[in-house]
Amino acid sequence: MIKNFKKLTAIGAAVALTLGLTACGGSGGAAASAGSTGAAGTELASGSAENTSKSGQVFRTLDEIKESGEINIGVFSDKSPFGYVDENGDYQGYDIYFADRLAKDLGVKANYVSTEAANRIEYLQTGKVDVILANFTVTDERKEEVDFALPYMNVSLGVVSPSDKVVKSLDDLTADDPVIVISGTTAETYLIENYPNLTLQKYDTYANAKNALENGNGVAWVNDNTEVLAFASENDGYEVGIATLGSKDTIAPAVTKENQTLLDAINGEIKSLGEEQFFHKDYEETLVDTYGADYEDELVVEGGVTE
Amino acid sequence: MPDLGINVLLKGSNLLRLLGGLGVALRISLIAVAVSIPLGILLGTLMTGKNVVIKFILKLYLEFIRIMPQLVLLFIVFFGSTRMFGWQPTGELSAIIVFTLWGAAEMSDLVRGALISIPVHQYESSEALGLSRFQTYRYVIIPQTVRRLIPLSINLITRMIKTTSLILMIGVVEMIKVAQQIIEANRMASPNAAFGIYLVVFFLYFLACWPISLMAKYLEQKWR
Repeated sequence: MIKNFKKLTAIGAAVALTLGLTACGGSGGAAASAGSTGAAGTELASGSAENTSKSGQVFRTLDEIKESGEINIGVFSDKSPFGYVDENGDYQGYDIYFADRLAKDLGVKANYVSTEAANRIEYLQTGKVDVILANFTVTDERKEEVDFALPYMNVSLGVVSPSDKVVKSLDDLTADDPVIVISGTTAETYLIENYPNLTLQKYDTYANAKNALENGNGVAWVNDNTEVLAFASENDGYEVGIATLGSKDTIAPAVTKENQTLLDAINGEIKSLGEEQFFHKDYEETLVDTYGADYEDELVVEGGVTE
Repeated sequence: MPDLGINVLLKGSNLLRLLGGLGVALRISLIAVAVSIPLGILLGTLMTGKNVVIKFILKLYLEFIRIMPQLVLLFIVFFGSTRMFGWQPTGELSAIIVFTLWGAAEMSDLVRGALISIPVHQYESSEALGLSRFQTYRYVIIPQTVRRLIPLSINLITRMIKTTSLILMIGVVEMIKVAQQIIEANRMASPNAAFGIYLVVFFLYFLACWPISLMAKYLEQKWR
């Protein structure tokens, strides 16, 4: 009884930590918050994962999936244009386009499970989905928890500024040219570390930062490059002067740790899809309306190969 | 009238999907209500009894459920049961289990409160009138208790219906999740849709809870 209660509290704590951790990170990926709490969360989570592996593996192997005729894929259902549900109730988006193809080539039916940014790892660790295709940024912390396949998209930071005074390099800016960022994002952390001389103007929400740029409070806005590209294509008079800034992160499918057969199958699939330029086609079908054709090669990773 | 983006609901099967989401929310909460109310009455009656062990266990159960946020309970049942026992409940089943445990715990405390609020002289007068123990409960105590319980349990029921908005975190696509999906899928075409769609969601929750309030009012008047 007491032993079970301890287990229960450990799980509760692990869940709470994971939730807190990933909530801070958001879909932006490697947030600065993954410090000491991250280590604690990992320890607890792996401690309880051992319990399950004693009674048998949590995940389904490739053969088991093929036998069941259905693959469970965790996706976003409300993150347009990566994974969303259209007006007819069908899943759509960049991730889904790939997921459909993956299921088809494995010869199984795709069963989509709606996941949230905060519970994607937990879904894999408990075997509730076979693979996560939910705009999942590869980070070192997450590699401890799940196994990532080859990447299929790039993410990094980008800089948008008014068309009449496009900022092409952050080195040209002085302390008198305030730069807009959203607090708590990877953009903020990156600028503080790499451009300590810049004056940052911090806003809490996307809407406030957008207003600030429109009012001319800052000379440029630094954010995830997908966000700034979408902003520039939606609003006239703005241009993305720097489409990739700082370290490049990637988006990749993830499977439960040690599910090697499925991981190999997905990696093989991504490699062979590279020969037919599948992800470029995916981009043209799903992302081009939001990001424009100019950035296709910056965002798409083909065949799992990043330069 | 400003554009609230409600017309987004008329696209495709959006409105039907939203109503389907409400159906999921109602199905889960009403099954939980149907099980937890009788269970809560039973447990609440036991809590007023004299058995110290039973009282201690029930108290522990009540406190555990009361201090745990529902979201944590949902995670424990949905993910924790897999980690501990390798059991794979669906999201909907996990939600029903959590809502039933929660409803029964809170209901038992309401029943306990209502029972002990009946003054001792009611029992004593019944005895003086020569009523048996069964008759005392049937004609004196229970009618008074039930009357006190109605507003309290209506509160609980409506709270259970509204708290289904949390179960999207364990992958159950209910009304709020459908609303978010619709808003996000139309982010470019109708950026204002969020307000209009949440307004519709508000009315749908209202329509779901209003009849329950009406029934409570009717019962309260009938038993006055």
